[in-house]
Amino acid sequence: MAEASNPVAAESSPLIAIDRLNKWFGRDHVLTDLSLALSNGERLVICGPSGSGKSTLLRCINGLEPHQSGTIVVDGTPLTRQSSALERVRRDVGMVFQSFNLFQHLTVLENCVLAPLWVRKQSKPQAEATAVDYLHRVHMGDYIGSYPGQLSGGQQQRVAIARALCMQPKVMMFDEPTSALDPEMTKEVLEIILALSTTGMTMICVTHEMAFARQIADRVMFMDRGQLIEQGSPADLFERPQTERLRVFLNQVLRERRS
Amino acid sequence: MSPEAPHRTANFGVKVWLTWVALLGLLVWLFVSLHLDFGYAKQKLPYLLGVRLTPDGFIQGAALTLFVTACSMICALLVALLTALGRMSSNPIGFGIATFYASLFRGTPLLVQVLIFYLALPQVGIVLGALSAGILALSLNYGAYLAETIRSGMMGVAPGQREAGMALGLPRWLIVWKITGPQALRLIIPPAGALFISMLKDSSLVSILGLWELNFLAQSYARASYHYMEMLICAAVIYWMLSIVFEVIQHRLELRFGRGVESSGR
Repeated sequence: MAEASNPVAAESSPLIAIDRLNKWFGRDHVLTDLSLALSNGERLVICGPSGSGKSTLLRCINGLEPHQSGTIVVDGTPLTRQSSALERVRRDVGMVFQSFNLFQHLTVLENCVLAPLWVRKQSKPQAEATAVDYLHRVHMGDYIGSYPGQLSGGQQQRVAIARALCMQPKVMMFDEPTSALDPEMTKEVLEIILALSTTGMTMICVTHEMAFARQIADRVMFMDRGQLIEQGSPADLFERPQTERLRVFLNQVLRERRS
Repeated sequence: MSPEAPHRTANFGVKVWLTWVALLGLLVWLFVSLHLDFGYAKQKLPYLLGVRLTPDGFIQGAALTLFVTACSMICALLVALLTALGRMSSNPIGFGIATFYASLFRGTPLLVQVLIFYLALPQVGIVLGALSAGILALSLNYGAYLAETIRSGMMGVAPGQREAGMALGLPRWLIVWKITGPQALRLIIPPAGALFISMLKDSSLVSILGLWELNFLAQSYARASYHYMEMLICAAVIYWMLSIVFEVIQHRLELRFGRGVESSGR
């Protein structure tokens, strides 16, 4: 387990360092003593049954959910409930939601330039040029004037990815990005994420797509009931599960695939 | 105002207009057949509309009605915003004040409130002018209703919109200003517009305070000349025209803040 003791030396220390994180929803202990270190350029996939705390972990990393104990340090900034710390961390951590969450009243281009204009203080032409560039990369360049309500789910999710990238984040988090999509759209979104992974972007991805996980991940984490059960390379984890819980989970996933 | 349902034919709108014209013609014919004498009403019309000032140089008629309504709209909006914030806050005192105020002012008649502010308060040494008492009563009464409209509008914006803004590192005020606020406005404008139109008409209640607004003038001219029908019809028509102007403004605003929803065909 990596030590997260020296967050000052940004070069050697991990980009995200989580130490004994605990989170409760009321009486529900949703994250238990969870520690994690993510280094620059690493691609982490988190899998596990629903309700295992995967999404909550992502939401804790950018402070959408408060945690009760333990520390989260993102790129040298300890995450507190202070808005200055929260905003600094969120600026550098891009997030893609299961339900896209595009701003419904803004066009595709306006969605992409809002944060760069106001948070990064970019000039309008500069922000728009960056946005158009990213929108082309996610194959949405022809839709910059459309409203989210006019797009398919897959198209919306690709815009959401471009919107997050426009902030030039240091790490991208994907929270089950394809769970709300049909197989055809799932494919087009996964291809975009796969292409992004080859650019050296640091990524954390929560997904149920095991084939995709194997393709993209440097490391896979298996969580169950708020605990980190096993982690390792995709080959190790999927071929040689060490725990009963992971074996049961993998069998279930495979059975779902066949049926 | 605009036909939206898909099964309606292309000339639906034309037929609606023709129906309106027919009904209006019927109404006019009805009044004409009563052989009313609008000569006196015509003579008093500039006063009713308020294009002439009162002998002591104050606005009157429809102009005063609009002035009272506009002042009350602004005050009601401020009160309603504060109350809505209180209703949504986790502070028990703020929540308590907001709910108490809303319950009190929604649970008592506007007319009683107007009279308390104007006639009852002087008894305990607080003397308000007719104008300020009327505006205060209208503002506090309508503020209570408007607060609920604003609150439900804010609650109607999907929580994911706010979260997406937070995840991008936007500060809280900017999320309200650029993301949740405009989307809530889309939900708030139709019921708020209805409230403001209703306020325009309820401003006639302040006539009992002796303010020379539209209803007061119509009634006093009617009493003086015994032309009740003519004067009250004139007042009604002016109120109606003003309401239509309000409706048009509301419709414009709806279009402006409906961006992104209209186009998806909902």
